[in-house]
Amino acid sequence: MRKILILLVLSLVVAVGSAQAAEKKMKVGFVYVSPVGDAGYSYAHDLGRQAIEALPNVEVKYLESVNEGADSERVFLNMARKKYDLIFGTSFGYMDPMLKTAKRFPHTVFMHCSGYKSSKNMGNYFGRMYQARYLSGMVAGAMTKSNVLGYVAAFPIPEVIRGINAFALGAQAVNPKAEVRVVWTKTWYDPAKEKEGAKSLLDVGADVIAQHQDSPGPQEAAQERGVYSIGYNTDMSQFAPKAHLVAPIWNWAPYYMEVLNSVKDGTWKAGSTWNGLAEGVVDLSPMGAMVPEAVKATVMARREEIKTGSYVVFGGPVLDQAGTVRLTAATPDDIDLLSMDWFVKGVIGTTE
Amino acid sequence: MTPDMIIPLLAATVQSGTPILFATLGAIFCEKSGVLNLGVEGIMAVGALAGFSVSYATGNIWLGFLAGGLSGMVAGGIHGLVCLVFLGNQVVSGLALTILGVGVADYLGTPLIGLKAPGFVPTALPLLSDLPFLGPVFFRHDPLVYISYLVPVGMWLFFRNTRAGLRLRSVGENPDAAQAAGFSPTHYRWLGVLCGGFFMGLGGAYLSLAYTHMWANHLTAGRGWIAVALVIFAFWNPLRAVLGAYLFGGMMAFQFRLQASGTHIPSSFLLMLPYVLTLTVLVFSSWKGGSSATPQALGVNIEPAD
Repeated sequence: MRKILILLVLSLVVAVGSAQAAEKKMKVGFVYVSPVGDAGYSYAHDLGRQAIEALPNVEVKYLESVNEGADSERVFLNMARKKYDLIFGTSFGYMDPMLKTAKRFPHTVFMHCSGYKSSKNMGNYFGRMYQARYLSGMVAGAMTKSNVLGYVAAFPIPEVIRGINAFALGAQAVNPKAEVRVVWTKTWYDPAKEKEGAKSLLDVGADVIAQHQDSPGPQEAAQERGVYSIGYNTDMSQFAPKAHLVAPIWNWAPYYMEVLNSVKDGTWKAGSTWNGLAEGVVDLSPMGAMVPEAVKATVMARREEIKTGSYVVFGGPVLDQAGTVRLTAATPDDIDLLSMDWFVKGVIGTTE
Repeated sequence: MTPDMIIPLLAATVQSGTPILFATLGAIFCEKSGVLNLGVEGIMAVGALAGFSVSYATGNIWLGFLAGGLSGMVAGGIHGLVCLVFLGNQVVSGLALTILGVGVADYLGTPLIGLKAPGFVPTALPLLSDLPFLGPVFFRHDPLVYISYLVPVGMWLFFRNTRAGLRLRSVGENPDAAQAAGFSPTHYRWLGVLCGGFFMGLGGAYLSLAYTHMWANHLTAGRGWIAVALVIFAFWNPLRAVLGAYLFGGMMAFQFRLQASGTHIPSSFLLMLPYVLTLTVLVFSSWKGGSSATPQALGVNIEPAD
């Protein structure tokens, strides 16, 4: 009897001890829609993941190429069952599966990127990429000789339209004659199609190619034709060293660090976060050697102004393609930006 | 649309039609022997991956191109194994091959995403490229495009003028008669499946070595299915395949140029055009009696005599 009692006490001690050890270690999961090696959108998120993986007492796992919808729900469920403390899902289509899983596992914190739904234990977040796009537009506007800028874009949704508009406004700020021509590919990732889209823009006289696509296809097209390009997501200069002027990029590490710490010390609250240049979640990659110092200085000065809030992108009046004033406020409401479905003056193309 | 826009449009037509042309020729070669192959998309994906990875590993683009073809041959061999050895259903085997090929290529290709491998670049042909109009449209491309000009003619001559070509066709029309004539229909079907796979693989390799110089998941993006449809459009004639492939490639290039020129036609409609056109010509050509060009034993397995 006594032996059994000792055994019981001992096992209890071991159990408590190991439970405490497990508590110290935070389990964090990341779910991506595409492979992390794509030098694109998921890769940018993965750089953030690597930053928090380097912290002590954090166990980080990631899953790549997880389809939106039912597949992702299975993945979220699995992670939640394995008692992950914090799960990031970085694609728009993960929103509803994540919300469903969040309701069943109230002790796990869910963070969804690029959506708009939240619950008690699920928050959403994204970045004001349009601020960095405005700056990249300034570079393009200063470098063009034909005053035609080409933009290869994925889908006509507010996020992409906002980026095109900000790009156009940035270009016009330094070059009032600049116009932006848009082709839609209706795909996030089809290098061949994106390249073909870029070539068609080059054929109508564009001499700077920008993109809201995840593959470097458009960069290749620009380099082959000997003109300039603007990357996206991460520094794409490795794919087109002679063409790549600059890229608006994501920098998730500081924000992911912040979320992790708030979950750790219990101060995390559900809500929506839309950070920008000021918080460092979006920025510009280093500019290429072909960009003159004067242009660099102008762009970097505007970057500071946006950071401090003394310049606001989309500050009124902003005119649409037909010349009607669409935004009047000095600082536009986020809801107007989030639902943007029209092009600003100077963009040639259709949002349909 | 001004003349100085038409030449780039036609040049882009040739380039975007080339991968589809290779794949369509492969499918024609295979189907002429009586084996229906719906696995074009999967075989192209495998070819694209093999082409890219060999070019990346060896630095030799021609070796990469060849590897694309050979891997297509191996993938076609799986189809041959199922249909010719185990007498499985050709439709089911082809569909499975598409899923398998795309899946395997995506799986094995994941570490290659974002890497840069050497690829083919445009080389103007001397003299020919100076021709007015024809020069810039046809003779300022990468070497693989020039190869794609020769293959259809070669294939047409093969079917028409060689003993092996005639036998291959007869196997597709009536394997029993071929057997009675004293040669093995199965051997010629193997020839069709393997060589067909080779050309489909080349089509895939064109995508990762010349059209773009990178590997991406699902690089083929449905081009294999277009090839399957174009075979019928071409009445199984290699020369007509050129027309079909360029018609589709041309529509793809044309709709992008319409968008870039600032038209207000919704982009969804424009992106639909190449597919609508393919469907229309398919219906039209069937109605015009294209079905009489169908190899009579297409999709029918050779049952053992005993």
